Amino acid sequence: MIYLNLLFSFFQIGLLSFGGGYAALPLIEQELIHDQGWITNQQFIDVLTLSEMTPGPIAINAATFSGNQIAGILGGAVATVGVTLPSVIIVQLLAYFYFKYKNIEMVQGIIQGLRPAVVALIASAGLTIFLTAMFGHSDWPIDLTELNYVSVIFFAIAIFFLRKFKASPIHVIILTGILGGIVYSIG
Amino acid sequence: MEDMSKKTLYTKLFKSTFFLSMFTFGGGYVIVPLMEKKFVNELGWINEDEMLDLIALGQSSPGPIAVNTSILIGYRMAGVPGAMVTVLGTIIPPLLIMTALAYIYIAVRDNAIVNNILLGMQAGVAAIIVNVVYDMGKRIVVQKKIIPILVMAAALIAGIVYQVNILWLLFFSGVIGALTTFWKLRQKNKDDEK
Repeated sequence: MIYLNLLFSFFQIGLLSFGGGYAALPLIEQELIHDQGWITNQQFIDVLTLSEMTPGPIAINAATFSGNQIAGILGGAVATVGVTLPSVIIVQLLAYFYFKYKNIEMVQGIIQGLRPAVVALIASAGLTIFLTAMFGHSDWPIDLTELNYVSVIFFAIAIFFLRKFKASPIHVIILTGILGGIVYSIG
Repeated sequence: MEDMSKKTLYTKLFKSTFFLSMFTFGGGYVIVPLMEKKFVNELGWINEDEMLDLIALGQSSPGPIAVNTSILIGYRMAGVPGAMVTVLGTIIPPLLIMTALAYIYIAVRDNAIVNNILLGMQAGVAAIIVNVVYDMGKRIVVQKKIIPILVMAAALIAGIVYQVNILWLLFFSGVIGALTTFWKLRQKNKDDEK
């Protein structure tokens, strides 16, 4: 029963992503690529690219889009509901206690404890994304002859704009998209 | 505000969250400040201090922070039904846009030029993630607190080299966070008593 699996997978992704859209990436990677085998590394990056480029919360965009990829329109709806459901339950419970006691120190403390691990997890998903962009896959061992030099140059240009000019992600994606459309089409 | 009927309130809540989600690029970190502007400055429904608490609470809860914050605002204004209204307002736009986009994607993904554009974008997305990780990691390192740095290093090794399940990594770091907070709050209480 694909819809039930989708609902459960995305429920888990919503439940465990502490710290916004990027925190969902390692979970999406583990669930959808490794555990379920529903999407490939390349599709994962496409999901992320399109989610960053469209308005709305990134995690919701990613859920709707990958749900659609996996099981059509209903799949997209089920994935979206799944990723939202934990928030609906947990946030209202927290809100109830907040308005009753007006004390959020303990909750915030636990979250601050989670943050270093969340950063490490995003870094690990980032490594997969980086390797896939540079080599076309992320499987060890890495073969240096497979390195895509054009991609390395695009990466360097993107980093330059992000760090030097604080360029917004959407502008960086559009820029590298245009560069890719031109350079790869000529080459 | 008292004279506003329930129906008007729901409609306003839905419209506000729907438009913010429909037209704001950049995800939660951009949407949340706009929510603050809308509900604190324009509508004047929530005061600044309370909004800051709600935002902190939204960031502390699991799940997308834009969704969390919208639930908190809805709940604050009109209880559970209010939260249902705002959460729908927030998720319906992406649901419509991304479903349409998924079909376009399937239709054009094999086109050579589209493929080249997406291949170029991969490098851009990789750079965005590396940049985000760098900023987040730096924020933890500059605090010069030993426990968070150790947790980050351990989680990095456990996650990448040993492929430890995310659930365990979150569980252990949550326990460490709870213990250090508990200890800190106790110290603070002791100091207050003196």
